[in-house]
Amino acid sequence: MSVKEMTAKEVAKKVINKEELFILDVRNESDFNDWKIEGQNIAILNTPYFDLLDGVEEIMDSIPTNTDVLVVCAKEGSSIFVAEMLSDAGLSASYLKGGMKAWSEYLEPVKIGDLTNGGEIYQFVRLGKGCLSYMIVSDGEAAVIDSTRNPAIYVEFASTIGAKITHVFDTHLHADHISGGRKIAEITNATYWLPPKDAEEVTFEYSPLEGGNVVTIGHTEIDILALYSPGHTIGSTSFVIDGKYLLSGDILFIDSIGRPDLAGLAEDWVGDLRETLYNRYRELSTDLIVLPAHFMIIEELNDDGSVAKQLGTLFAENHGLNIADEAEFRQMVTGNLPPQPNSYQEIRETNMGKITPDDDKQREMEIGPNRCAVR
Amino acid sequence: MIKSDSVLDAKGLACPMPIVKTKKAINGLESGDVLEIQATDKGSTADLKAWAKSTGHQYLGTVEEGTVLKHYLRKSSEEETREKKHPNVMKNEELQQKIDANQDIVVLDVREAAEYAFSHIPNAKSVPLGDLDEYLNEFDKEAEIYVVCRTGNRSDLAAQQLTAAGFKQVINIVPGMSEWTGPTGKSVY
Repeated sequence: MSVKEMTAKEVAKKVINKEELFILDVRNESDFNDWKIEGQNIAILNTPYFDLLDGVEEIMDSIPTNTDVLVVCAKEGSSIFVAEMLSDAGLSASYLKGGMKAWSEYLEPVKIGDLTNGGEIYQFVRLGKGCLSYMIVSDGEAAVIDSTRNPAIYVEFASTIGAKITHVFDTHLHADHISGGRKIAEITNATYWLPPKDAEEVTFEYSPLEGGNVVTIGHTEIDILALYSPGHTIGSTSFVIDGKYLLSGDILFIDSIGRPDLAGLAEDWVGDLRETLYNRYRELSTDLIVLPAHFMIIEELNDDGSVAKQLGTLFAENHGLNIADEAEFRQMVTGNLPPQPNSYQEIRETNMGKITPDDDKQREMEIGPNRCAVR
Repeated sequence: MIKSDSVLDAKGLACPMPIVKTKKAINGLESGDVLEIQATDKGSTADLKAWAKSTGHQYLGTVEEGTVLKHYLRKSSEEETREKKHPNVMKNEELQQKIDANQDIVVLDVREAAEYAFSHIPNAKSVPLGDLDEYLNEFDKEAEIYVVCRTGNRSDLAAQQLTAAGFKQVINIVPGMSEWTGPTGKSVY
């Protein structure tokens, strides 16, 4: 039997459509425990490839014969090696093309909706890492918000839909992934906006993004209203787009809230975080659709693969928005923090332009889950 | 420079080949031999560590030289599950107390030089078990000599050899470096 390749895009479709898939993950146990492919109908078995060098007999009974089987490793070499052994043993299996590296970087574009007077808003779902970025399009112009590392994805997408990128934003200085914002701006001659309070140490030119800034995309005047909302970082900014969408950055997620500690100032920022979530956001229309910069668990995805929910629903359902007692809130966001994202200090320095690791190193720094939230 | 019995060149090879080759190479070695694996695949460090753990071989450490990773593995040996015979033994903690009280005591580390290089008791002298005969004249036969290895087995053999060669006060340290919690030094960085 033959060994077929499956692309990250095909795996993404299976996750979004909740299709059944059996994954044999042959990375070492610690990498597997750190981070893996998740989906509601995905079953997964971890057996390192180096325990299978003498053959796959021992695990054959654990692998179903009535479901698609996908072998996954870090890059792809070991998964081909194991898939071939499975094939020799009479079981048809695919391998993940490009391995977990490709999975980490794959973006699934999902259209969120139409804008007043024409125009669309797209969400780019990075399933492997839980990062969400956005493109707002109107009348041939486009804005990109919270982009991931590879600028080509956005540049090509814009060109496919016939739009020119004119503005690039980061809602805050990211600590979990390397921003492609500066590169996109360079390639397209767009304006790159950063909140100045997060950008005090950056080594490059940018346009200061401040509360009350209004940026217009296209002739149809899709307004992007910047809303200063500190808490995850001191400069964190949210956007209200077209009076309809709230891009909440790393402040508010669907089922969790931002963590205030990734620049080492949890105690100082927890008050800002509470102010933003419990006062500033309360002044906004509850009809706004919240579009965050991350999701944490696969259950946060809607049926079409998007991650979006009405602000009013979050006020009712998100635990982090429903802690009346301030001391208890403090305790929750500072006392119970998950591990920090892998390489988060180096990622911050890269996003400030202080260090410039090569491509391989950047890819390696980003491997793993995002861990930007507290629940 | 870390001493090894054999060198495997796995540079430029991608996963799974560094481990496939390591497995073959280690099959051809004697128990207790140290294998140096030169690799450029960054994932090889975590994988070799995990593979060594699952097969029982001993992962000693990795030295980075430019883009090349030099991993050191010691092939496991049956000798290490043998019953100990040298009567005079002392626990790790007691040795630590002796060291704290007197800097000048003689501690012989009889593990392979590569094991010693990655972590050893400060001031311990590296005398691999296989080379012990060459060092017999360097020490005072009347002095207290403390012998340590990873688990107390090679040091048991060394203690017996030293006693047979006329040393009067040889003490085997148990369990040895595998559970040493005191200060350690390194001769590689």
